Amino acid sequence: MDEPLVRWDWIARNWDNGSPLAIRTLLENHVVMAFVPVVLGLVLALPLGLACARWRLLYQPVTGVMNIVYAMPSLALFSILLSVTGLTQTTVIIPLTLFSLAVLIPAVVDGMTSVPDHVRQSATAMGFRPLRRLVLVELPIATPVVLAGVRVATVASISLVSVGALIGQGGLGALFTDGWQRQFYTPIVVGIALIVLLAVFADLLLIALQRLLTPWSRARRSA
Amino acid sequence: MNWLIDFFGNPDNWSGPDGIPVRLLQHVEFSVLAFLIAALIALPLGLWVGHTGRGAVLVVLSANAARALPTLGLLVLVVLLIGVGTIWPVLIPLVALAIPPILVNTYEGVRGVDRDLRDAAYGMGLRGRQVLFRALVPVALPLILLGLRLAAIQVVATATVAAYVGLGGLGRYIIDGLATKDYPSVFGGAVLVVLLALAVQFGFALLNRVVVSPGVRQVR
Repeated sequence: MDEPLVRWDWIARNWDNGSPLAIRTLLENHVVMAFVPVVLGLVLALPLGLACARWRLLYQPVTGVMNIVYAMPSLALFSILLSVTGLTQTTVIIPLTLFSLAVLIPAVVDGMTSVPDHVRQSATAMGFRPLRRLVLVELPIATPVVLAGVRVATVASISLVSVGALIGQGGLGALFTDGWQRQFYTPIVVGIALIVLLAVFADLLLIALQRLLTPWSRARRSA
Repeated sequence: MNWLIDFFGNPDNWSGPDGIPVRLLQHVEFSVLAFLIAALIALPLGLWVGHTGRGAVLVVLSANAARALPTLGLLVLVVLLIGVGTIWPVLIPLVALAIPPILVNTYEGVRGVDRDLRDAAYGMGLRGRQVLFRALVPVALPLILLGLRLAAIQVVATATVAAYVGLGGLGRYIIDGLATKDYPSVFGGAVLVVLLALAVQFGFALLNRVVVSPGVRQVR
């Protein structure tokens, strides 16, 4: 095996050369296809999760459906959707949104369950109306649990986008198919490294966000 | 719908080396193999780390990092490096994928057992290993099974992707169909994979009923 694992000059030449396979372009597409599903998922999971937390009867069937969704292989969903949405980023974004929902709805429900009853009652006694109580008391307390779900969904989403390369929309995953077709290691190694780095970076951002959103958890620890 | 009738109604799809029975069997074969290898590595390790608490930080950190590994990239790289003479190179990424969920859930399960229960088991005269297998494992079983289920589903799903590097299995219908624009085949293959994944899901739900002690189930 004479071919080195990484040819650094290839990376330099292909970083931003204007072709649709330029690493920078792929990275940007990857970020869009990975984060839009998580944001969409969170926007949808909040009302659905709150509804499930309030009306417990809903939760059982919703988890059932979400378990089934989660069991579906991404490639299968991509290829089924391909006939509906065609060769667009939407074909990747819709299944990944469903996967995010499957992680985020239980996270929202668990988060709401983690609010102690006496806190809820105190808030009511202090004159909070249900909506204000939800926004100012319950959601902040639920934040760590919800964000833990967001972290799982984000990492999974970043990693799964690459499978989309098999249907022609995979962000950095295109480096894998490219490397495979040309029996060339460098794009594959670059793709794996960038995806893992992206996931770690996103995870660190979310940890920072959590510290920002829940300053009391730090205050309690240092006290 | 017409595509499904085209695909499943075609007698050619039911026999020979490209037939659904053969492809299904291949898919199940290397899924089971990868899953068993991963379980053989991750279960004992998870039990040990959970019971002794040694190396816990390392296990959780590396398992989380491993979750970010893109399946397709790993698969392509390993197969390019080793070649496709046997199915072993393809098994490596599948095993690597299945280990983290089993390991983390087993660890968390054993770790999370009520301290009082652990102490009570010691108090009743059980020793280290007996405590683990007679008290901790039965209580942690729902979480351990969850980890095994997630791993099994991931393996079945990823084995589909493995068709890209020339492996058999149900993924062939999708990959070959995409290459030749044979959409009934793509659609039919996708439906088959979904059905298989659902079967795994229900299999584990059933297993849960059978092996988890009723007392533990009620608490959850």
